[in-house]
Amino acid sequence: MSAHTLSAEEIAAISKAREGRWQPGLRDQPLHSEIFASARDASGAGLALALARDALEATAQPEGPLAEADDRRHVLWVQDARAVQMGGRPYVHGLPEEFRERLIHVEAHKPEDALFALEEGLKCRDLACVIGEIAGNPRVLDFTASRRLSLAAEKHGIALWLVRIEAEADLSSARMRWRARPAVSKPPLWNADAPGVPAWQAELFRARGHAPGQWTLTYDKGRLSARSASQVPGTLEHAAPPYPGRLVRPTVGRSLAAVARA
Amino acid sequence: MPGEGADADPTVLITETAHGPRIHAVNRAGQEAGAMAGMMLADARTVCPSIQTAPADPAGDLACLEKLAVWAQRWGPWSALDPPDGVLVDTTAAAHLFGGETRLLADVEAAFAARGYAVRTSIAPTAGAAWALAHYGPPRSILSANDNMNRALAELPVAALRLDDDVLTVLRRLGLKRLGDLADITTGAVNRSEEAARDALHRRFRNRKSPSANPLIRLDQLLGRVPEPLLPVIPQQMPLVQRRLMEPLRHRSLLDRVLADLAEDMTRELEGRGEGARRLELGLWRVDGEVIVRRLELAAATRDATHITRLFEEKLDNIDAGFGIETVRLRASWAEPLAAEQGDVEAAAERHGTSLAACIDRLSVRLGPDAVRRPVPHASHLPERAQSWHPPLEGAWPVQTEPVRDRPLKLLDQPERIAVLYASPDGYPQRFRWRGQVHEVMRVEGPERIAPEWWRVRSTVRLRDYYRIEDADGARYWIYRHGIVGDGRGGMPDWFLQGLSA
Repeated sequence: MSAHTLSAEEIAAISKAREGRWQPGLRDQPLHSEIFASARDASGAGLALALARDALEATAQPEGPLAEADDRRHVLWVQDARAVQMGGRPYVHGLPEEFRERLIHVEAHKPEDALFALEEGLKCRDLACVIGEIAGNPRVLDFTASRRLSLAAEKHGIALWLVRIEAEADLSSARMRWRARPAVSKPPLWNADAPGVPAWQAELFRARGHAPGQWTLTYDKGRLSARSASQVPGTLEHAAPPYPGRLVRPTVGRSLAAVARA
Repeated sequence: MPGEGADADPTVLITETAHGPRIHAVNRAGQEAGAMAGMMLADARTVCPSIQTAPADPAGDLACLEKLAVWAQRWGPWSALDPPDGVLVDTTAAAHLFGGETRLLADVEAAFAARGYAVRTSIAPTAGAAWALAHYGPPRSILSANDNMNRALAELPVAALRLDDDVLTVLRRLGLKRLGDLADITTGAVNRSEEAARDALHRRFRNRKSPSANPLIRLDQLLGRVPEPLLPVIPQQMPLVQRRLMEPLRHRSLLDRVLADLAEDMTRELEGRGEGARRLELGLWRVDGEVIVRRLELAAATRDATHITRLFEEKLDNIDAGFGIETVRLRASWAEPLAAEQGDVEAAAERHGTSLAACIDRLSVRLGPDAVRRPVPHASHLPERAQSWHPPLEGAWPVQTEPVRDRPLKLLDQPERIAVLYASPDGYPQRFRWRGQVHEVMRVEGPERIAPEWWRVRSTVRLRDYYRIEDADGARYWIYRHGIVGDGRGGMPDWFLQGLSA
């Protein structure tokens, strides 16, 4: 074996170190994320649930005789009154299958009550994760408040996804900050005129340890999949077969050879 | 004392009925004046204009009877209630402690008389026989197991069988007035006519399963041929701790201290019983006699003193101590079994976080009990009724719901009206305006027709045609058309937006 040949793991490690880019299924997900979304659609909550499922999937205990068959911990969903008024409440039949019987919903009248509920949830060891929805930029949600949430989340190891509805991205200590928009979904196989599996345009505009980026995310068949926004043409790529007239995929972007050479 | 003072005047207790006040009970002077229980008050007033009235209190009477039944356990190991005015005590093998059955009855009468109660007593091998003798037999009658019960009870009226009024009417019309008449028919059968009478009686009451509606069952119970289960009264002591203070408290910090002590005491008290509190009541007696009560409900049984203290502290903020608080009392009016567990929980909670029940307690104390809830499926087709909200830790019983596909992630509290542009009124929507912005409908699936629940609502409620749509930006919505053109239930159908899909 010469020194120039690299194993597959080493290549992966190099490529990760070089890019530091976020991708689904990372094991060391940060515990406090913010998602900025509009109140006119449910993309914020949808993306938060998708990221939460991805993170819970990635950090699940490995298979073994002592592993729990099923994660039965509850999920706390906190909304303040304005968020309820603007975007409605979670609907049990529309929730992901695994969260349907595990959701505890908290409706707080004021943003400070919502922050209290979020912090209490983060301190609770029996919860799987906490999802919050707070509308606008309330005065109480300042840097100190978000720092409190980060510290509580990191002390007790419970992850928080805070959906900020119709809010400006002001000071915050969230480890990852996303901006979510709905994306045109892929048409279902059997009825091309129907809306398909939900997709979101997610822009990671600030993160500790990850480079910013933009992806189109979908949660389908039990896993979160991402397409980098640069790879995605603006038009509907699935309207036509992917590579008309050519049998071989064109070599776009990085190839393994390029990585090994570097 | 009976017959003296206020009781010397004719007095009745009345209940308010739809037809005016009716007499519930009468004292002895009232009976002599001509009033009877069940009479209208107006009739009694014509007989005796000077009659005094007081409102009856059946719930209070029952509570008093319960206490009396517990107290009556001094004469036997267990007792049962016999509402409205009786107590049954099992004195099996207990009479010798009082020097025999005669002396036991004398003791009972003396004890009741000392407390100002009039009482009729009897002892018999079965509860039914004792009841019959106490109500219709000679005073202080005693029937031992060796006596012939048939003969001893034969002269009592059939009302001694504890029957409903309509059954008594039937028996009276049949000419069966004494227990002896009934017993002869059911057992005797010396000739054909009595046999026929017995068969007729059996047929008459064949379908009456309830003992109080069937004289034959009652007779068998009276004679001990069939068992008659009784529900014993078991006293329950409510865990209660209190502090009477030397100096009235006027400051919050001292009150917190007393509260912490009381919570410790309550924890010990509950631990001894193997229970945990679900509801706690804190009573604060002020010097001027005012009582302030603060109530606390917990999501799961607990006896964690610091947890209880912290929850109460939230509720003590708006207390007006006035001239001071002299007594503080904490009682657990609802406790559930809770097994003992390993100690040092608080330190573990500090390090490992709180438990789910503690977290929910804190949330519902601050935000109100209705703020923390759990969505559960409900058996209904209507989307907004298909979900109901339950307390978070309460298990929901399984509901049979057919699997519904493609429901939105979030549902608006009220469906919002939208203006829709369509090619034909029954066709797909093409463009709509919601909250002042226009959405182009790019993809649509539907309609899913959901009919109103005709068994609940008026016949004029319109059906709904639901469409899942996606607009040009990719936002997905759940909208519906309320009714169809020409359904005769209104004009052109309106459109509503009800749900936001992920």
